[in-house]
Amino acid sequence: MPDTGKSATITTVPPISLRRRVTDHAMTAVAVLTVIVVLVPLFAIFAYLLYRGMGSINWAFLTQTPKPVGEPGGGMANAIVGSAFILALASLIGVPIGVGAGIYVAEFGRNRFGDTIRFTADVLNGVPSIVIGIVAYAIVVLYQRHFSALAGGVALAIMMIPTITRTTEDMLLLVPQSLREAAYGLGIPRWRTTLSIVLRAATSGVITGIMLAFARVAGETAPLLFTAFGNQFWNLKANQPTAALPLQIFNYAISPYDEWHRQAWAGALVLIVLIVSAVAAVRFAVRRGTFGAA
Amino acid sequence: MAKLARRRPDMPSLRPVEAGKMVAPTAGGDPKPQSRESGRGEWGDSIFQFAMLLCGLAVLATLALIVYELVLRSGPSWHAFGFKFFLGRDWDPVSVAFGALPFIYGTLVSSFLALIIAVPLSIGVAVFTTEMCPKVLRGPLSFFVELLAAIPSVVYGLWAIFVLVPILSNYVEPFLGNTLGWTGLFTGAPYGIGMLAAGIILAIMIIPIISSITREVLMVVPRHQREAALALGATRWEMIRVAVLRNARAGIMGGIILGLGRALGETMAVTMVIGNRPEIAKSLFAPGYTMASVLANEFSEATGDVYLSALIEIGLALFLVTIVVNALARLLVWTVTRGQPSRANA
Repeated sequence: MPDTGKSATITTVPPISLRRRVTDHAMTAVAVLTVIVVLVPLFAIFAYLLYRGMGSINWAFLTQTPKPVGEPGGGMANAIVGSAFILALASLIGVPIGVGAGIYVAEFGRNRFGDTIRFTADVLNGVPSIVIGIVAYAIVVLYQRHFSALAGGVALAIMMIPTITRTTEDMLLLVPQSLREAAYGLGIPRWRTTLSIVLRAATSGVITGIMLAFARVAGETAPLLFTAFGNQFWNLKANQPTAALPLQIFNYAISPYDEWHRQAWAGALVLIVLIVSAVAAVRFAVRRGTFGAA
Repeated sequence: MAKLARRRPDMPSLRPVEAGKMVAPTAGGDPKPQSRESGRGEWGDSIFQFAMLLCGLAVLATLALIVYELVLRSGPSWHAFGFKFFLGRDWDPVSVAFGALPFIYGTLVSSFLALIIAVPLSIGVAVFTTEMCPKVLRGPLSFFVELLAAIPSVVYGLWAIFVLVPILSNYVEPFLGNTLGWTGLFTGAPYGIGMLAAGIILAIMIIPIISSITREVLMVVPRHQREAALALGATRWEMIRVAVLRNARAGIMGGIILGLGRALGETMAVTMVIGNRPEIAKSLFAPGYTMASVLANEFSEATGDVYLSALIEIGLALFLVTIVVNALARLLVWTVTRGQPSRANA
């Protein structure tokens, strides 16, 4: 308050009452408490995962296939490779469609139709993964007449597409319009402009979106239950049932055998390390890159 | 934040179709490089646009396919049971009697239990990170909360089976039974496995979603609102209550409903701890069953058309409920952030 000499007539601001001060401090304490309560399970999960996982992981786990019940040893090598195989199939289907749809919406879809696609992608994003599993079962498994890696890949691809579409669109829209105009001005056709200039400029953002989608589906179990189904042996045929890491963790976790529980923890550790390193890499790339959008 | 992205640059879309006619406004004015490309460019453009259109159509087709397959394949069950399917309590594959009420009940109760636990915690975390937190902590804190979102459902389930359930059955449930047993909600044997465990694990899983959206919405509240409240002599908490939370109400609600959408469809972690018994019990200690977990457990073993079709009808119901819930949530978040996309991929 400016001191104009009339300060005698301006009453000083009354001190904040005790009740209000106590409430203020109490609410701050409550907020801190909620943070602690939320972080405790996080640390508990990671600590226990590291403790059990590190204790159970060994060379055999990473290189062997499961042993029959009762026999100790064995591992999840086939599930790790199977997961990679299913994820590769999913990416092969999901990434081109997702990026393509993102390009369409960003570059050609500034209209009603583009809005429809955008809205549909949002809706797809909210569909429970188990329901997507049903659909993959209906369109692939029933057609092939048995469970298959391809069905799992289709299910995961359906889950990847909306995320990739939306992030690709957002990233392409961040590319300045002047860049496009400059390209058109040089007589470069639109398709070349989009692919070699706009998409090129947005590469790191688009890859971020793909990685996020990948990390999201890498741990998915529900859509694989009745598509990839699982397998005790090696399989790299797209039309055969295939083991997957999350499936194997689930099956071992609900089994009554200690040896399998041990392996479930080891599998969970491998899975988490893969996913968290992907997410951390993305975060690092986003912070460093020019695209602070994600 | 993708704020920049949502605001469409209302630039006139420059079409390079007339590349041949366009004269570059350069000093030299040499149109040669353009005319060289013109013929090929137009063809290339049409093909390219068509290919991208196909990708866009694939997104639409996927949703259409989901609806089509679910409706088509739930037909036999719908014809056999009609609307009574959703009111029946019996789930007996042997005598081909199917009623989905226990699953609907389990899904609703576990999800609302999760909300009751998660909402205050998530809002607290969001308020702390946006309004109170020292700047140094802000980054790591939101990173850790986001890390919670990156943990796969099956790993939550694994942890719940081996850590959460023993804690519940040894300490929490006996305590709740002794102190709050008279309500009827906390009675029965404290096995640990049951509705309460499912609600807690779901709560842990949806906290990142609700808190990240709440944080986003709180950050959109204009700075001058906060400053005005403080200038009027409000304490920090009063400022948060009057200026921040009140302005962000609709958006926070949207975040909560988005969390609900996630909880309704969550499968693996719930399946691993809820007990999987199709019963409607008042006590939260009792085992239950959800729509998603009955699909997870029985779908691959379902024998007979009606059985499979009944399961798919549950899937259809789950699909419809989550669609409505998500649409509502996005609308609410959208009204606050004015069309900026929400980051959470629920």
